[in-house]
Amino acid sequence: MILDSKIPEGPLAEKWNKHKFNVKLVNPANKRKYEVIVVGTGLAGASAAASLAELGYNVKAFCFQDSPRRAHSIAAQGGINAAKNYQNDGDSVYRLFYDTVKGGDYRAREANVYRLAEVSVNIIDQCVAQGVPFAREYGGLLANRSFGGAQVSRTFYARGQTGQQLLLGAYSALSRQVANGKVKLYPRTEMMDLVTVEGKARGIITRNLITGTIESHSAHAVLLCTGGYGNVFFLSTNAMGSNVTAAWRAHKKGALFANPCFTQIHPTCIPVSGDHQSKLTLMSESLRNDGRVWVPRTVEIAEKVRKKQIKIADIKEEDRDYFLERKYPSFGNLVPRDVASRNAKYVCDEGRGVNETGEAVFLDFRDAIKRDSEDAIRSRYGNLFDMYQQITGDNPYKEPMMIYPAVHYTMGGLWVDYNLMTNVPGLYALGEANFSDHGANRLGASALMQGLADGYFVIPYTLGDYLAGMSKETVTADHDEFKKAAKEITDKIQKFLSIKGTKTIDHFHKRLGKIMWEYCGMARNAEGLTKAKGLIKELKAEFWRDVKVLGTPDELNMSLEKAHRVADFIELGELMVDDALNRDESCGGHFREEYQTPEGEALRDDDNFAYVAAWKYTGEGLESELVKEELKFENVKLTQRSYK
Amino acid sequence: MMNLTLKVWRQKNHKDKGGFVDYKVSGISTDMSFLEMLDVLNEELSAKGEDPVHFDHDCREGICGACSLYINGHPHGPQQTTTCQLHMRSFADGDVITIEPWRAKGFPVLKDLMTDRSAFDRIIQAGGYVSVNTGGVPDANEIPVPKIIADEAFDSATCISCGACVAACKNASAMLFVSAKISQLALLPQGQVERKSRAENMVAQMDAEGFGACTNIGACSAECPKGIKLSNIARMNREYFSAVLSSDNV
Amino acid sequence: MSWVTKTFKSTLGQKLIMALTGLFLIIFLIGHVTGNLLLFKDDGGQAFNEYADFMTTNQFVQILSITTYVSILVHIIYSILLTYLNKRARPVAYAKVDPPKESSFSSRNMGILGTIILIFLVVHLQGFWYRMHWGEIQQVTYDTGVYKNLYAVVVWAFQVEWMVALYVIAMIFLGFHLSHGFASAFQTLGLNHRKYTPAIKFIGRAFAIVVPALFASMPLYIYFFISAPEKLPF
Repeated sequence: MILDSKIPEGPLAEKWNKHKFNVKLVNPANKRKYEVIVVGTGLAGASAAASLAELGYNVKAFCFQDSPRRAHSIAAQGGINAAKNYQNDGDSVYRLFYDTVKGGDYRAREANVYRLAEVSVNIIDQCVAQGVPFAREYGGLLANRSFGGAQVSRTFYARGQTGQQLLLGAYSALSRQVANGKVKLYPRTEMMDLVTVEGKARGIITRNLITGTIESHSAHAVLLCTGGYGNVFFLSTNAMGSNVTAAWRAHKKGALFANPCFTQIHPTCIPVSGDHQSKLTLMSESLRNDGRVWVPRTVEIAEKVRKKQIKIADIKEEDRDYFLERKYPSFGNLVPRDVASRNAKYVCDEGRGVNETGEAVFLDFRDAIKRDSEDAIRSRYGNLFDMYQQITGDNPYKEPMMIYPAVHYTMGGLWVDYNLMTNVPGLYALGEANFSDHGANRLGASALMQGLADGYFVIPYTLGDYLAGMSKETVTADHDEFKKAAKEITDKIQKFLSIKGTKTIDHFHKRLGKIMWEYCGMARNAEGLTKAKGLIKELKAEFWRDVKVLGTPDELNMSLEKAHRVADFIELGELMVDDALNRDESCGGHFREEYQTPEGEALRDDDNFAYVAAWKYTGEGLESELVKEELKFENVKLTQRSYK
Repeated sequence: MMNLTLKVWRQKNHKDKGGFVDYKVSGISTDMSFLEMLDVLNEELSAKGEDPVHFDHDCREGICGACSLYINGHPHGPQQTTTCQLHMRSFADGDVITIEPWRAKGFPVLKDLMTDRSAFDRIIQAGGYVSVNTGGVPDANEIPVPKIIADEAFDSATCISCGACVAACKNASAMLFVSAKISQLALLPQGQVERKSRAENMVAQMDAEGFGACTNIGACSAECPKGIKLSNIARMNREYFSAVLSSDNV
Repeated sequence: MSWVTKTFKSTLGQKLIMALTGLFLIIFLIGHVTGNLLLFKDDGGQAFNEYADFMTTNQFVQILSITTYVSILVHIIYSILLTYLNKRARPVAYAKVDPPKESSFSSRNMGILGTIILIFLVVHLQGFWYRMHWGEIQQVTYDTGVYKNLYAVVVWAFQVEWMVALYVIAMIFLGFHLSHGFASAFQTLGLNHRKYTPAIKFIGRAFAIVVPALFASMPLYIYFFISAPEKLPF
């Protein structure tokens, strides 16, 4: 199998414009004859559904939440990048492109990233026109800040709720199209399977989460905007409902899954407080601008801290190890996310963790408060400090915060070409659900940018190209392929309910999460991954033998919903391990302990691994097949990152 | 570690009459969130083969607006926050906690503690947007917006659509929710073109959904996890009255 | 439906009616309490009786009076309509309710307070207003002419302890009703501004104390300081 990324010819800066001219158009009068299914209503889904409906297509939008506005894009805090150069500080489309490719540790496609940087400026215009209340300066113009160690201030933000405001903008555009009758909304509806007819995506099977009804929906194209799969780790900053089921079932119907092992671990999250923990909460990494990260110098002192036998304030200066400042004197506490995360793990592995579970490091504002006053710190981070206190019950103005890394974003996803189409004709993947733009590591404030770029400014052009080339003839939902797919789902549900095992679904999910976190988390090695492979296989067998799924199929049934999701996470976990095992190098969020520089930094192998690892599903219980897409770097020079 | 008695509303589906069931939970840590405490209950119920208590929740970080429990007489419980951000240290060992779904004609119960809040979506569909298509919009810095206005619009825009205002209101009125969106767009220059029709249409839809009328009690704002201010309702009233008096919509 | 009926059928339109009639009744209270201050004038009731006569005969005042009656009636009717609508908005009640401390007692119980005031109003109108308009009242002659001696009726009425008590208690309820109603009417009209609303709230609270206190002081003053007329004044 050969993957064609369909990257247009020509100089980087002209590719997208040329491509927009070259794509086929659908006659305005004909657009109403096409049906498009959009699964997921986050930034990518809502913006795509609204934009396509505005063009005249008939759109069906699906989400499992009770309202499209609750998609997890809403939780993004920091901001959205755009190469507006409003600050006159030297930003440009090319610089945003360059930073993104470099930040992704050279595992993303140049052409996609350049296009992303190019349309980033339109996103801000669009959102402002929708009434998104971005932060402004006293003169009434938009404010920017520097984010995630970027050298320029290109991040637009709406306090700490940028994702919420952008999603509400897209949701309002979507709502307008619902009112216009161009979008039909299906909330509390979960996609169960993709239906292909003669090799093309022609619809989906869904389950109505209220009534349990299995429904068939046909269309001319299917867009998966279903987000990432971080919940494979059980504990992550994702929403409880975030899942991989839509993407995974499309994968099993032929769509390739690319770079599944590329996951981003965010360093500043509130640590796990006990076994009851259901999810992790992220705090903006801007905290590292003033907070100093440290742990006690010795295991003995750490032990006393954990047992609360010593007051933190009484630990002497020479007994504090500011390990990031020590190891990275020039970047200090501001090293990139993956470096900060990994080092926190190392000191905790040494037994120097500071909370009861031993998995936390201090983020201390004592010196910043001494230097700038408590009020100054409050004005900068007040809402974050409040949030921390709300969750932990501790006052971070008096005691240092405790933080620990947590799974935050998944760079991998369904493989797509330049048009965002998967290898299954008519099946597209947008936003976090695809793999395309962030390589092995995503920069801060780039996720929102990508979701909206895909939905507002890419898919409206590229989808037309596909539709113009296909017949307007509709495959109806009573086609045999739909019946077959619906029956498979009904059978699967029956199978779940008939197991009547002894262990709850969460039990399996937690165990899967532990395996993934332990062996396929912040640092991986071949031995651990091989072990994990075996463990997951066992877990999978046990799941299908001993899981307890309650209730009946035809009712609101949380237990059944979870069963589907966890079953898919287990299979995805296997693939992630395969992918991590295959990639004998370290890059971005993928750190293989065998491949590091003498200083302990990620060591890439550009000669052998400058490719996208796309995996093909070959059947139940069979090994997935690796399909490579070579990455060509014609514009940027591949360099080693260094933060010493 | 705490032991608690939960009085939980159980209702099989929309048609079922429903009623309270008492559960005991033990070994609850003060660090748990309220929803994690319910997770413990649900794991126990599931292990026993009983139907777990259904409730809406998703992000569990106080922003998606999905969680919606009426706890001991307060939407989202005793703190001014969302249920997912309410932690068990707000309770004491031996407490009896009454958990009910939102109660409103506009929010019919689907199962147990889950309600159907799609009425809010329909209200937004009636006019809670600026009618601009993708593309062809002016540069983002073309129209300056005074910071104080932008900040005020932002305050209104932080509504998470959880419905706590309706749940808190003696009259099950949705006016805080509706007024927050009307305010956001009335304040910003981008919202001016449709200002009048928006106020008229959103209020009409709000009434059609069967929500009550505001009697300016202020419980909505006091219980709102995002602290949406009562002044939004005044602005909505102003917008609505001036709209009906001056719009071309006969 | 015309836009007018549509507006007044909307929840906001109905609230508007409540606010406007309420505000008019507040203005009425100002007039009523100001005029009644004449009861304190030490002239054996002459000024009060002349004022009462003016109030029942002047054409302009008649129009105001009718507006007041209509306002009271409409205020009551719409309060019933809105209460019905609001009750219907929550078909199933909560098992446990604990109103937040930010919401005042008055704001939550306007209907009950209003109903008590209505009961008082019936007694009040029957005792004075009805007698003045249609009842038999002794006449009194001053050098300005012959007048109905309403003053004597008032003094007579407030020799009775339970009447005095009724009036004082009713005024307390009125005070509570006003303490929410005054500022609330402005809120409903959309008159909310970060500069003026604090002033409106302050005036509202002051009004809710001063006006009922003045009204209540009248029966107390008469009971303690004015002796009963020698014979029944009607």
